[in-house]
Parts: sequence; structure tokens; C-alpha cells
Amino acid sequence: MPDLLPENTPFAIARYTPDELKAALRKMYLIRKFEEGAEESYTRGLIHGTMHLSIGQEASAVGACMALGDADKITSTHRGHGHCVAKGADVSRMFAEFFGKESGYCRGRGGSMHIADVEKGNLGANGIVGGGLPIAVGAALSAKRLGTGAVTVCFFGDGANNEGAFHEALNMAAIWKLPVVFVCENNKYGMSTSTERSTAVRRIATRADAYAMPGVTVDGNDFSAVSEAMDAAVARARAGEGPSLVESMTYRWRGHSKSDRNRYRSKEEIADWMARDPITRMADMLVEHGIATREEIAGLEAGADREIAEAIEFAKTGENPKVAEVTRDVYTEAVQ
Amino acid sequence: MNMDAGTLARPEQETRELSYAEAIREAMDIALAADERVVLMGEDIGVYGGAFQVTGDLVHKYGTDRVIDTPISELGGAGVAVGAAMTGLRPIFEFQFSDFATLAMEQIVNQAAKVRYMLGGAVSVPVVMRMPAGSGTGAAAQHSQSLEAWFAHVPGLKVVQPSTPEDAKGLLLAALEDPDPVLIFEHKLLYKMKGEVPAGHYLTPIGKAAIRRKGTDLTIVATSIMVHKALEAAQTLAGEGIEAEVVDLRTIRPIDRETVLGSVRKTSRLLCVYEGVKTLGIGAEISAMVAESDAFDYLDAPIVRLGGAECPIPYNPDLERAAVPQVPDILQAARALAGERV
Repeated sequence: MPDLLPENTPFAIARYTPDELKAALRKMYLIRKFEEGAEESYTRGLIHGTMHLSIGQEASAVGACMALGDADKITSTHRGHGHCVAKGADVSRMFAEFFGKESGYCRGRGGSMHIADVEKGNLGANGIVGGGLPIAVGAALSAKRLGTGAVTVCFFGDGANNEGAFHEALNMAAIWKLPVVFVCENNKYGMSTSTERSTAVRRIATRADAYAMPGVTVDGNDFSAVSEAMDAAVARARAGEGPSLVESMTYRWRGHSKSDRNRYRSKEEIADWMARDPITRMADMLVEHGIATREEIAGLEAGADREIAEAIEFAKTGENPKVAEVTRDVYTEAVQ
Repeated sequence: MNMDAGTLARPEQETRELSYAEAIREAMDIALAADERVVLMGEDIGVYGGAFQVTGDLVHKYGTDRVIDTPISELGGAGVAVGAAMTGLRPIFEFQFSDFATLAMEQIVNQAAKVRYMLGGAVSVPVVMRMPAGSGTGAAAQHSQSLEAWFAHVPGLKVVQPSTPEDAKGLLLAALEDPDPVLIFEHKLLYKMKGEVPAGHYLTPIGKAAIRRKGTDLTIVATSIMVHKALEAAQTLAGEGIEAEVVDLRTIRPIDRETVLGSVRKTSRLLCVYEGVKTLGIGAEISAMVAESDAFDYLDAPIVRLGGAECPIPYNPDLERAAVPQVPDILQAARALAGERV
């Protein structure tokens, strides 16, 4: 009964049921444990290549997907593990992909940077900064033309907001009033270059003005704030009123990728952001509003731990792709 | 011009004379009428009718929701077409000039070509991209290129170059039925060329070359407008007692290996003629294909390539003509080749 709640009740507490809120927190734990499991597997040499971890950005991914169903689409980024989990992917198939196995979401052809789950509406992470933006607009064009009612959420980072694709995509989404929500996860750095040094505007959300769409900046480590902004933006898209830009201010605790020596930011800055852990804040909010007890929350975390341990075991035991099938799936029908 | 020696039986539909541009428009009209998922996208393709009047009046028949004028945003527009193709539409995206596809390489090469593979086959990208290409219009270096070989280098794309109105229609309809990205390079000088075109729906198969003229003395493998120059040259050569077989490649990815190799085995001499820059172009691939096969043993002379000059397309008309193979170049190369023995 939202109207019986005190005025300062956070949006998410009023909007979602206790079960939905606990499921959201569990997903945040699942992302955190997934990233930690992936990092450990990488360190132990079980995963090759590189990866971009989203530890610290869990509220942004999960909060942004709260208003979405399986028919809705997302496009994701090179830092896309969290989005994939948030949209409902099976972490076993995700780990299998990271381990390069045939049982992975991309049958071992994509890896971390192209993780996708098309059945759940995740059209894929993208190795090209800004690559997903026009694709998201295309998915929204399909939804509008085919009348599916689906909304597309387009995740990208602060780095992408200086790509031409960002500007072209926002403009087209606006002129055609397409059902798409652009979610800029601003974690302050495009690799090593800060937004202060790379971006002419102080707030990326103000770039929405140039494309005549609403733009808001939210605390991306506050689950409730993210879900509130997304609720409005998704409702607007679903109602046929067009796109929005949501800037989610967050921070990656780890470096850009495995090659990062963290020369461009201070230990103090990292510690400051770690003190604003989105998972701790979500857990505290649920306890404070009587949604969950500390014991229940410990249970959610332990459950996520177990799921990740099982997922890694599943991945380890999977079959490698057959080398003879290296050119499979280049085309839908085999071509000589 | 002898155009009746295609390897494939003609469709049994009645034919009419249409221009190449009209044939493409008819294909799009048929597709728009038959399939709600088909949309056209591109710059000035609506009331303007397209820079080369290929879309013409289609916007009046199907409306602006299906014949969509895009902003001048090649990268974004191509990406929208890719995303739409991944999620249920069948977009035909027109680049105003194929040169402008350089602005959209990211979406074509990194996304359209690779998404299916990167996702382990979980999606297809049935997008068609139309590319007005080639020189001869006096538009100079940034509006006259023949970049088809660039795209043909990318696994995941299919690349076709129709040389006749019949094939322009049939290949476009085939591209629309293809589940993967197909790029159609249309030579601008062909848009006004007339030819017999079957009415109604038919498909010209992607990946099949056509023998446009049978001959025994040498094989000329040509693409796009060069097919017509090769046929013109072949007629002159016939008067000199040299019978050239002219193979219209039609698709450059995937290449119809069997037709090319079969012709070379028969004639023992090979001349490749294409408008793209000679070096690292289509002729290199055809030559290598022959060199790596048993057809190599049949060669009686070194392979000869005629391609675009190693320069941008120039403005001055004499220079512009000199920058791409012309009929006299083909005649000269063919005479030398026919007289030569290894």
C-alpha cells in the first residue's frame, strides 16, 4: 500500500514487493560473486583473454532491468557481465562461455566481451565502444513497427558518449519517438581518461537536451534511485512517448581490464567509492524497512555463493568446441 | 550486346524491358507488398526518390513508416538497420554512395558481419545494403569508388554485383530471402541501362556466376559494368577470329569457383577485368583460385588482370576514363593473351 508508507520511503520499497526486492538483492550478490569467481578463474589461468569487471556497479545493472520483462531487449557493453545476469541469464552458461566451452551462451565463440542471452532479450555485450547504441535503436524500431510493445534498454559507458554513434543513435531515436532508454553508466573513466578530461559537459545527462529527450542523473549505487529513474523512462517508452537518457553515476572497483595498473586514480578515491558499496546500501535499506532480516540476507549471499561455485564446476566439465567447426555460424547456411 | 547465354534457365515469367534502376525498384515494391517486415531506409529515399531515383515514388505507396528517410548518419543508420534485422525486420538500407559506407564500417564489419558468429549462431542479421558504386559520373574521388573487394574480405558478409536489370532485381529478391547480411554493389552507370526483366517474383541465386558469352580461346572473368565492356570487346575479337568466353561473376563472396575454373579448363587463358583498384583486388583472388587448383595445369599463358589504376578516381574526364579499364584495354590484353603460349 504505497499511500500508507511514510513520505520519505524510498521508491523501490514502495514500488516492489518484498520478494521482488530480495530477488533483486540476490541478483546483485550473484553479479558480485560472478565477477569475483571470474577474476579468480582468470588468475588461476582457467580463463584466457581479458575481461572487464563490474564490481561496484551492481545496483546500476539490476536497478535498470527492474522494469523489464523477458520480451524487452537490452544491448550491453564490454563491461557487460552484470547486465547479462540482471536480464536473467544462467550463470552456468555464462561461465561455460568464459571457459570457452560449447555449452556457453556463445558456444565458446564470443567469450566475456560478447556475452549474450538472446532468449532473455540480451542482444549481446559489445567489444566496440558505442557499438550497441545504433543496434538498440534498431531493436526499438522493430518493436514499434511490429507492435510488440517491447522496450529496449541500451547500456553504455561514459566513454561512449563521445562516440559519433551515441549522437547519431540518440538523434534517430528522438526523431522517430522510439521505445528505447539510453543508460549511461558513468564510472568516471573511459579506460584511464576521466570524464573531466574527455567530455565537454559536466553531466552527460544534459546531452539529452540536444536530442529533445528527458535526461536525468542518478546515484548509480542507489538501487532505489536507479529503479525510480528507469521506471519513469521505461513507462514513457512503453507509452510511445519516445526515448530517455539516464546517467547512472557509479564506479568500478577494479581496473579497466586485466592490464590496468591503476595509475590514473588514487587509493583514496577507490576507498571512498568502496565505502558506498551498492550491495551494502541495498541490504541496509531492506533491513531498515523491514523487508528482510540480516539472517535472510546472509542466506541470499550464501545462495549466490553456492550458485557460482556450481556454475564454475559446470563450466569446467563442459566440452570444448570442435576445431573442425571453427567456421560454423559465420553464415546461417553453410557457404563454401 | 549478346546477353542471352546465361548458365541458368530464365524464369518462365513474361518479361518486359526495364531499366536497371526500375528493376531494383520493382524488386523493392514486390518485397514491400509481400512482407510487412520489409522497410527501406536511407538518405533522401522518400519524396526525393533517392539520389539516383531508385526508390522513386515508393514512399507514396508505402508511407514514411516503411520508406524511411534517415538523417545524414551513415554509421547510426546502418546500425539501426542491423539492430532492426536482428529483431525481426527486413531492412533494405541504401547508402547514397557506396563511398559513404566508409563512415559505417564499424556497423558493417564489426557488427553485421560478426554478430551471428560471436553469439554462436543465436541470431541472424538479415540486412540488405544497397551500394551505388563506380566511376564515370564526373563526381571525382569520394563519390566514385569501387570498394566491393574490401567488404568481400570479411567473413559473414555476402557481396553481389549485378550487371543486368534482370539480375539486379533477382539478386535483390534473393538477398531479402537470405538470412545473412548481403551487400549489393550497383554500378551507377548501369542504372539507366535497359534489359528484359521477368515480371513478378523470382530469385537470381547468390553465389552463382553466369556465362554471358561462350568462347574457346580465352576466359574473361568480369564484374558489374566490366561485363558489358568485356562483351563489347568480345564481339570485336570474334571478328578477328578470337572467341572469348565472358563470365559474369555476379557474386564476389562467395565466389562461384566451379564456373570460373570450368571455363579456364576449357579456354586455357584467363583475363580478369574489374573496376576496383587492381592491387589486392578481385582479380588477385580469382588468379589465386586458379593457381591453387588443377585448372592451373590447363593454362597456356600467364593470367592477366585489368583493374583500376593505383590512384583515386580523378575529375578530368580523360583522366577518369584512364583510371579504369576500357574496351581498348580489354582488346589489347585479350589479343596479347590469345597469341601467347607458355
